[in-house]
Amino acid sequence: MAKGQKKFRSVGTRPIRHDGIDKVTGRANYGADFALPGMLWGGVLRSPHAHARVLGIDASKALEIEGVKAVITSADLPVIEAGDGPTNFWDLSRNILARDKVLYHGHAVAAVAATTAVIAARALERVEVEYEVLPQVQDVMEAMSPDAPLLHEDMFTKGLDPKPEHPSNVARRMEIARGDLENGFAQANVVVEREFTTRSVHQGYIEPHAVVARTGEDGQVVVWCSSQGHFMVRQYCATVLGLDTSQIKVIPAEIGGGFGGKTTVYLEPLAILLSQRSGRPVKIVMSREEEFRATGPAPGSRIRAKLGARNDGTLTACEAQLYFEAGAFPGSPVMAACMTMLAPYTVENLSLVGYDVCVNKPKTAAYRAPGAPIGSFAIETLIDELAEMLGIDPVDLRLHNAAHEGSQAPYGPKFRRIGYRETLETARAHPQYRTPLERNQGRGVASGFWFNAGMQSSAAVNVNEDGTVQVVSPNPDIGGSRVSLALMAAEELGIDVERVRPVVADTETIGYSDLTGGSRVTFATGMAVVEAARKVIEQLRERAAKIWGIDVSQVEWNEGYALPGQGNGEHDPLSLAEIATSASRTGGTICGNVSLNARGAAPGFATHICDVEVDPETGRVEILRYAAVQDVGKAIHPSYVEGQMQGGVAQGIGWALNEELVYDEDGVLENPGFLDYRIPVASDLPMIDTILVEVANPTHPYGVRGVGEVPIVPPLAAVANAIYAATGVRMRDLPISPPRLVDALDGKHSG
Amino acid sequence: MESVRYEAPRELSAAIELLDSVEGARVLAGGTDLLIQLRAALIQPSLLVDLKWIPELTAVSLDEEGLSLGAAVSCAELREHKQIERLFPGLYESAELIGSEQIQGRASVGGNLCNASPAADTVPALLATGARCVVAGPGGTRTLPCERFATGPGETILGRGELLVSIQIPKPAPGTADCYLRLIPRTEMDIAVVGAAVSVTLDASGSCTDARVAQGAVGPTASLVPDAAAALVGGVPDVGRLEAAARAAAGASRPIDDKRGTVRYRRKVTGVLTRRAAEIAIERARQRTR
Repeated sequence: MAKGQKKFRSVGTRPIRHDGIDKVTGRANYGADFALPGMLWGGVLRSPHAHARVLGIDASKALEIEGVKAVITSADLPVIEAGDGPTNFWDLSRNILARDKVLYHGHAVAAVAATTAVIAARALERVEVEYEVLPQVQDVMEAMSPDAPLLHEDMFTKGLDPKPEHPSNVARRMEIARGDLENGFAQANVVVEREFTTRSVHQGYIEPHAVVARTGEDGQVVVWCSSQGHFMVRQYCATVLGLDTSQIKVIPAEIGGGFGGKTTVYLEPLAILLSQRSGRPVKIVMSREEEFRATGPAPGSRIRAKLGARNDGTLTACEAQLYFEAGAFPGSPVMAACMTMLAPYTVENLSLVGYDVCVNKPKTAAYRAPGAPIGSFAIETLIDELAEMLGIDPVDLRLHNAAHEGSQAPYGPKFRRIGYRETLETARAHPQYRTPLERNQGRGVASGFWFNAGMQSSAAVNVNEDGTVQVVSPNPDIGGSRVSLALMAAEELGIDVERVRPVVADTETIGYSDLTGGSRVTFATGMAVVEAARKVIEQLRERAAKIWGIDVSQVEWNEGYALPGQGNGEHDPLSLAEIATSASRTGGTICGNVSLNARGAAPGFATHICDVEVDPETGRVEILRYAAVQDVGKAIHPSYVEGQMQGGVAQGIGWALNEELVYDEDGVLENPGFLDYRIPVASDLPMIDTILVEVANPTHPYGVRGVGEVPIVPPLAAVANAIYAATGVRMRDLPISPPRLVDALDGKHSG
Repeated sequence: MESVRYEAPRELSAAIELLDSVEGARVLAGGTDLLIQLRAALIQPSLLVDLKWIPELTAVSLDEEGLSLGAAVSCAELREHKQIERLFPGLYESAELIGSEQIQGRASVGGNLCNASPAADTVPALLATGARCVVAGPGGTRTLPCERFATGPGETILGRGELLVSIQIPKPAPGTADCYLRLIPRTEMDIAVVGAAVSVTLDASGSCTDARVAQGAVGPTASLVPDAAAALVGGVPDVGRLEAAARAAAGASRPIDDKRGTVRYRRKVTGVLTRRAAEIAIERARQRTR
């Protein structure tokens, strides 16, 4: 423990999570587990073309089939405006059901509900859609060319001055700039300029999207589904369907992985609409193939980046252009990539320009630190090249330029207390950094950054009559947040965490909260829980004061007990349970409710070390050792922090080595399954060592920083840099699959 | 899924009768390919004939003649026979590669052959051992070399009413050993991008007197490469002979470009794996001649 840190009794311990036994025994209910009497099965008809005009849809033959209860198309959805918020509802509505045009292979065109899944599947075959097939475009650079087929004929590039005269697939141009680029590069002794490409990858959560929706005769809707935010589901459904928010109740299921991919809606509005039309509950579950064809990939990209440094290692200037595939609708995380790629470094002169480009692929969705792994792949590779050219150790080069308290982030603000340097120093001291390497083996280092979010959170802490406590969370638990929230409540109240039961409440039993994303829940909802627990302590002190007949200001709360202050007479301490038991006689139920908009989310930094062995004849890469060092602020439950780090690394390694969505020349996905979309399996990975650096976030009661996203940022470059060290070949195109690596190695030997 | 009739005959003749008389009948052994095809609606059989109750299809025997392996014997059961591992380590390791523990309890070597995937792991290994297939049908029983069983991706010589009864592998000559290697990008849960199997026979001096080389996933069916085998035979296998075998194997491969690999990559790796499989088989054979 660092000097001066408070000693905790619950925070920082590793109890078994409250939801753990139900999950490992199969008792927990996930999205697809729910069913209701009289329930219908829904199915979605999807476009067989990557780009086409929808000339007409005739569902009459489907409706003739016995057992088919409803068929819906975009004509059944209200036409809505984009809206002013961060979500464009015009786009969202058209992604849920195509209107006028289909924009990717797998785009939903119609949905049916029938008494059995077999009848629903048969009905889909009988829905007749007339298409006018249009030329399509998959590649981000081709999509930018003036004669590319246009996805949205009325879209003009934003961020250009003057406003362009012709429509374009480029939704927006963005730029981050500071300093004097020319002067910066003039100061440099060495400059590297390279191009990088990455392919579309999928979040690869194991649980598919699934929903049951029921509409009552009074028009009230209940939705059971797995998502990263049931309040988000409620808001999106209400907006897209033109319902009042109060008409919809969403009950969260357990979530079997989201990684950003469950931060929007696909099936829920369809199930609601079908239940409204049929008067029966409707269940829809996506197949794995539908997941791959129609749900949020992370973008493919092309980056050109140039980085200069002085002989002493000081980075002087960086210029980059980033081109990201948004998919069918605007909204790739290219801006986040620009903002994060240089955040670990104090580069004075920079120009980072991002282009958000529509292509005929599914609309991209968030994926764990959206955009950051892609931008960092480029920068962290260039830094490795500079380190080699300058003869400086890559960790030392990073230390020399490391962002620190008071330095200005490329995206504007000055950093408060951050732990980036600490991650570098810890990595440099890690035994793996000095482990000898053998033939065909290599070591790579890379760092990464993520902002982490605050946003709106509500929480309640309810004291039961026997002194046990409920912690009510508004956020689906995807990374162990339930137990982390319970630990913070237990710490505040001074009771054992086993006496605290955390629950995830539905949209009608707790105040609005933003979704589980941005690594925000343990931070922001945690703050709400801490404040709610403090409200409970106030009430506990008041009750004790009442029992003792002394002023509340004279009652202390210490380690789960109320104590009378000096000079207030002889009273035995009152435990929380004792006060709870008599609560009905001292003023009624004791509970605390808090809603807040959390400020002060602190960024996270990580430095990773990756050791690989390359089979030069087959191009297979084995990850020998991997160490992930991260500033986590304060680990409330260290096991789940470590789990987050290992999970992020595993996904990053998959991104680096084998994961890619492969589209054919017609824009049809060729690998819509886990056989040929290769996420790493357990035997592909070594035990990933995790080293938690705890530089407290000063704005959080326990110093929490978000931890879930940073660990996917460094692995792409860490793996590529290790492969370079093993082979002498720079791999700047991901994934570094065996055929690509063999081609590159053969190219090196012949060239 | 539409409803499907299920039968589990106790006798071979009954199975043949069902397969011959019912249009759209399919056999069910382990079902590890069939059930996936059913769920994906790639096939819509009217009848499933479960073969696991027919004695000839579940028998394993090992005698002076060699190994007789019932077509429905699961990989897990095959692995119980340590004698098979000793005699045919390549075949054994090819069966061990297929799927997880649970899948191995269902999947059969016979089914792997009948599914006729070009990437089937056990088929190159079977070819390298000189295995023969026993096929029964309405017209009687016939026996043919395994390399003639598959005729293309998903296609076999089986006619209407015919089924694979067993696989017969001759007892290897003294000093014989085999090996199977495959290339997958991951370590598990994957399908061969290239497969290579080699069986060699060495005499007391270490000279190679016989060899069989087979390859998978680099052509429409798994196939033997006589030129690669010939390169190994006739002397002590040295680097030159190994390289010649690798070149012959790579040259004989007929791969395609697809999402799993390129022609160029597969051809190169065919040579690499053939050489490596030969090295391991030779080392194993050497251990046996000592």
